[in-house]
Amino acid sequence: MDLSAINPILLLASLMVAATPIMLAAIGELVVERAGVLNLGVEGMMITGAVCGFVVAVNTGSPWLGFLGAAVGGALLSLIFGVLTQVLLSNQVATGLALTLFGLGLSALMGQGYIGVRAPGFTDLHIPLLADIPVIGPIVFQHDPMVYVGLGIVAAVWAFLTYSRAGLILRAVGENHEAAHALGYHVVRVRLLAIMFGGGCAGLGGAYLSLVRVPQWTEGMTAGAGWIALAIVVFASWRPWRLLLGAYLFGGVTVLQLNLQAAGVAVPVEYLSMSPYLATIAVLVIMRTGRAPGSLAQSFHASR
Amino acid sequence: MITLDKRPQPSRLWTIATPLLAVVLTMVCGGLLFAALGKNPVVTIRTIFLDPLFSEFAWYYRPQLLIKGAPLVLIAIGLSFGFRAGIWNIGAEGQYIVGAICGAAVGLAFYPVESALIFPLMVLAAALGGIAWGMIPGVLRVKFGTNEILVSLMLVYVAEQLLAAMALGRLRNPQGMGFPGSRNLAQYPSATSWINESAGMHWGIVAAFIAVIFAYIALSRHIFGFQVRLSGQSPRAARFAGVNPGLLVLVCMGISGGLAGLAGLFEVAGPAGQISIDFNAGYGFTAIIVAFLGRLHPVGILLAGGLMALTYIGGEIAQSNLGLPGAAIQLLQGMLLFFLLAVDLLTNYRVRLRKSEVA
Repeated sequence: MDLSAINPILLLASLMVAATPIMLAAIGELVVERAGVLNLGVEGMMITGAVCGFVVAVNTGSPWLGFLGAAVGGALLSLIFGVLTQVLLSNQVATGLALTLFGLGLSALMGQGYIGVRAPGFTDLHIPLLADIPVIGPIVFQHDPMVYVGLGIVAAVWAFLTYSRAGLILRAVGENHEAAHALGYHVVRVRLLAIMFGGGCAGLGGAYLSLVRVPQWTEGMTAGAGWIALAIVVFASWRPWRLLLGAYLFGGVTVLQLNLQAAGVAVPVEYLSMSPYLATIAVLVIMRTGRAPGSLAQSFHASR
Repeated sequence: MITLDKRPQPSRLWTIATPLLAVVLTMVCGGLLFAALGKNPVVTIRTIFLDPLFSEFAWYYRPQLLIKGAPLVLIAIGLSFGFRAGIWNIGAEGQYIVGAICGAAVGLAFYPVESALIFPLMVLAAALGGIAWGMIPGVLRVKFGTNEILVSLMLVYVAEQLLAAMALGRLRNPQGMGFPGSRNLAQYPSATSWINESAGMHWGIVAAFIAVIFAYIALSRHIFGFQVRLSGQSPRAARFAGVNPGLLVLVCMGISGGLAGLAGLFEVAGPAGQISIDFNAGYGFTAIIVAFLGRLHPVGILLAGGLMALTYIGGEIAQSNLGLPGAAIQLLQGMLLFFLLAVDLLTNYRVRLRKSEVA
């Protein structure tokens, strides 16, 4: 075992990459939950996004179009969930689970001809001046563009929820849908839009795995990342900046255990691979979370 | 303008009719999917839903139905208690794996001793293992208010890693030429769950039927079933009726964990035979569909388990005879759950056509 082989700068740099897919999926789910909807189908939407993005990127040769396709695929899949829970008033927990099972099957079917194929990738950005700062430069400013797109989305969601009128309406719908309805807001319409945003973000997160992180398509490649994203939303108490912290914490555990594996620590690989999941459980237990949106996971039916 | 009126009580007729309607809709949409994949939809649907029962090779497939259905029914019965009470144990797959590991470890520890006591001990160990794994999310929810959905699911991934560690490490067959996987329990007479292998009978099938009967009695005749149903419909009323919500969580998680653990043992000591990296086939997740398809009712779950086993066997036939991709069957099962949830609307609401009025 040689712990000195672990380079802290590289470790922190890869932490940012490892955190990005979960951050993307989690910020989408955060908006969905702030609108009062609990979509447990993040895993299914992520893996569908992963395969959609991969297929589009391979066929067009452009990773950007791949990410676009992933967002569209994720949003379309989430629309099934939206119609079922918002129009047909089905149970959100059960429907979310169904979405995950369905997404896993759909992605396996779509990805059949693409196993072992290589996707076109991004070249890492080298932001002028900033990237040349010692230590901080390689950690923060030398990544692929999607890392910054992800951070941008988190910032945009924060600004949207905090400062915009539409964000206020979305939060009102999530806190008390009866009151929001009485004020004349379209509860179902707001929620459908939120659900589709969540699906699109989960799709982006999945595509980040298949196009940048791995970068290949394998069945079931998300391996619980969608569920971890759900846990991070709870950890973050439904606040965007704390979500960022949660994603980096989780990315840190993932990267550290991978590095320990590579350094040949005398613990079997399987036990190290458990650590991200155990860390998630530990975080859920230790953190006293804030209050959930008032109408979370309740069906809304305007009785005439 | 279509409007929905909430029914004062769920419709009896639709409660029974909706699962059937969902199956029919799934067949129609599945047919479209198969047509899109370039298969003859009628032949494919017939292969999946009818051939296992009525084709010339049905004598071979019918016992397979019992073998596939038993773990699904066993797990789904356990889940149905929690789901009725609003306790969402999604991690049955993990409890299934841990039960199998614990049970198999006890059996392997005795190898090659022959005794009638070994199998009962293995059953006990599997049940305790499953209960322990299921108790983790239960205790965390009661003590710390953590979300049992997320914790039980995280534990599935932990259990999968544990399974890999066991198959490659502690439980690996010392005479297995270095291949991963344990000794074959199905060839160890004191530890196998087979009663009659050629007839497709193993103790898991017996256990599944016993579980159905017990669940039926508990839900319809026993105070525990009343408490479970009351907690699901109105947690506040349940508190006034003297239900201890924390205890109910623990009991429900314990029941579902224990039954999932048992299902794992019967599978690993019979049809699967050995602890290997991927002996688990996702029964823990499919059982969720079975529980809902059976409307969380024991008899319904029995029928639903049979239907889901049918799609597994039929799917395998369609895979080998028609070249249908295996993922298409998984998609079909997901679709079934979607339709089921969608048509559930008819049970709780009355759909009316009415002219739009001025408010």
